[in-house]
Amino acid sequence: MEPSYLYGFVGGCLIGLGSLIAFLATKKVPGISGVFGRILRPAKNDVGWRVAFVAGLIGGAAILFRTLDHAAIYRIPEGRNLIVYGLAGLLVGVGTRLGGGCTSGHGVCGVGMGARDSIVATLVFMVAAFATVFLFNIFVSAS
Amino acid sequence: MKTLLLSLLAGALVGAGLAVSGMVDPTRVVDFLDVAGDWDPTLAFVMGGAVLVFAAGRLLSRGCCEVPDFPADPISRNLIVGATVFGIGWGLGGFCPGPSLANLGGLREEAFVFVPAMAAGMFLVQRVFGLDR
Repeated sequence: MEPSYLYGFVGGCLIGLGSLIAFLATKKVPGISGVFGRILRPAKNDVGWRVAFVAGLIGGAAILFRTLDHAAIYRIPEGRNLIVYGLAGLLVGVGTRLGGGCTSGHGVCGVGMGARDSIVATLVFMVAAFATVFLFNIFVSAS
Repeated sequence: MKTLLLSLLAGALVGAGLAVSGMVDPTRVVDFLDVAGDWDPTLAFVMGGAVLVFAAGRLLSRGCCEVPDFPADPISRNLIVGATVFGIGWGLGGFCPGPSLANLGGLREEAFVFVPAMAAGMFLVQRVFGLDR
C-alpha cells in the first residue's frame, strides 16, 4: 500500500474529528464553504466562531507544512496557471453557496449524517469534477 | 469564549488534517479526479476516514452531549446546478474551499488568487439568493 493512502486516512480522521468538535460546539454543520461564506455576510453573534475556525484551519495547516515533509508536497497540475485558479475560485464560490456545501459540508458532514441531499450533491460534484478533468486533459493539457 | 476556543481547535484539527492528508497538493486531487489516467485513490481514503470519524463520533456523542439534528433539504434545482458548478471549479484547479484556505498558510500564490475569487463568488450568490437557498 502506498504511504500516501495512510497519510490520507489519518488526515481524513483529523478532518472528521475537527468537524465533529465544531458541530457539537456550535450546533451547526461546519462545512468549510458555509463557515467561510457566512463571514462575508455576517449575522449577529454568529461571526466569532467562524473567524476562529478559519484562523485555526490556516494556522493548523501552516504548522504541518513546516513540520511534516509529506504535508509540504505541493505541485501545480499540468496546464494550470493563475488565470485558471482565478476562474476556478469564482466557480467554486458560486457553486458551493448555490449548492449549499462543499467537500466538507456535503461530502463529510452531510454524508456522515446520511442526509439524502448531501449524498446527491456529493455524487453530482464528483461526476462534474471527473468530467472537467477528462475534458481539460483532452483540450488543454494536450494542446 | 468556550465556543470560540473549541472552534479554533476544531479548525486547527481540520487544517492539520488537510495538510497531513495530502489534499493540499492540487496534483494529488486532480490525479484522483483523472479516472482515465494514472488514478490516485488517496482522496477516497481521506473522505473515508473523515466520514467514519464524523458519523461514529456523532452517534457516540448522543450518550453525553446534545446533538443537533438536521433534516435533509429537498433536492432542488439550485442544489444540482450549484454542485455541478462547484465540481467544474474543483476539477479545474484541484482546490476545494478547505485546501485553498489551508494553502494560504503555505503562502501559495494560487491560493492568494483563488480565495478572493471564491469569496467574490460566494458574496454574489449570498447577495442574490440569500444565505439559505
